[in-house]
Amino acid sequence: MRVVHYVNQFFAGLGSEEAAETPPTRIEGAVGPGRGLESAFADGDIVATLSCGDDYFGEHEQEALARLVELLEPEGADVLVCGPAFGSGRYGYACAQFSRIASERLGIPTLAAMHDENPGVAAAEGRVLIVPTAVNVAGMRDALPGMARLAEALVSGRELGPPAEEGYLPRGFRRNAFAEKPGAERAIDLLLGKLAGETSSEVASGFDRVQPPAPVEDLGDALVALVTEAGCVPQGNPDRLPSIRAQGWLRYPLLDEQRLAPERYESVHGGFDVSLANEDPNRLVPLDTVRELERAGRIGRVHDAFYTTTGNGTPVAAATRFGREIAGELRDAGVQAVLLSGT
Amino acid sequence: MLAKEIERAGIPTAFVTALPTIATMIGANRIVRGPAITHPFGLEEAQRRRIVERALEMLETPVEAPTVWEVPA
Repeated sequence: MRVVHYVNQFFAGLGSEEAAETPPTRIEGAVGPGRGLESAFADGDIVATLSCGDDYFGEHEQEALARLVELLEPEGADVLVCGPAFGSGRYGYACAQFSRIASERLGIPTLAAMHDENPGVAAAEGRVLIVPTAVNVAGMRDALPGMARLAEALVSGRELGPPAEEGYLPRGFRRNAFAEKPGAERAIDLLLGKLAGETSSEVASGFDRVQPPAPVEDLGDALVALVTEAGCVPQGNPDRLPSIRAQGWLRYPLLDEQRLAPERYESVHGGFDVSLANEDPNRLVPLDTVRELERAGRIGRVHDAFYTTTGNGTPVAAATRFGREIAGELRDAGVQAVLLSGT
Repeated sequence: MLAKEIERAGIPTAFVTALPTIATMIGANRIVRGPAITHPFGLEEAQRRRIVERALEMLETPVEAPTVWEVPA
């Protein structure tokens, strides 16, 4: 079995966030987690590893995908395996999109692996087989055997069983099957299983939609707040905002500051290379520009505090809570419009 | 998620991000494409001004569903 493995720049050993702009590249054989994956195959070789920097992929998605497909095609792969990306959003997104496009364009079986809350899962729209993993790299050892098994099942050409049996995330469709037992008996079995905690009948909700509020009538008279998910905090991170998986958000006063001075602010976000942001934090929270526009009368007034958190690896429920709490404060303060930055 | 919750509270929010596809998928409504993940508001002041102006325009514009605006170079 000829396997091609996709990993991001970090797992390919090309570098950390400073290498996140690396364009698609090919490496001979298995690297990093690919070695463990290869040893989990009964009979399979990773003939090549393809890699792309997470930022490059996010910012040049179409070019990256086209190039990755071009690199994949001559390998004559029986299967493409992407990840595991765990809870990393950019990496998971790349894994899901590459899996999807590779199978559409080249007709080869593909699979990806990531945490079930990774945005890659939603991006896959049920068109990619995704092996669920833990939220961080500590789950590597548990993830690889399941990925290997599913890859082998795909290459064997046999029909896949249901998600729970084969170890992939439900893709959102149902398939009819004949059952041995009548419905009443199965309903009772399911109920007993649920009571015993052996099965769950709840389906996680997808992302809901919010009705967009009406636009601001007169920005020239409006109170505007700055909010960021980019981990911008005062130098030294006095309140210890975590660089990943934040448990909360912070509010810092802006008072008379005209810009976020690099000697006073920094970013502690763990999901991107913060060196450019730290040279000039206004690249994340544009206080300098917003103050100019305030003076020019384009906006009424800048709210006297900005709100910050790190939006990486944050579970959906937690991020939703942060949003609600911040929204509550902004509403109470009479804020009429928000400029939010994310990475 | 922040964009959505703040808009749910009735405050129009322009979300500037270099990953508009993900923002759209999650369901943010007013999205402006920033030039890069490491500097969504650009490197130089002139560029930042264009991005902020674009975001402000979006705050003044009715949208019905997740919408992505580009910033003229």
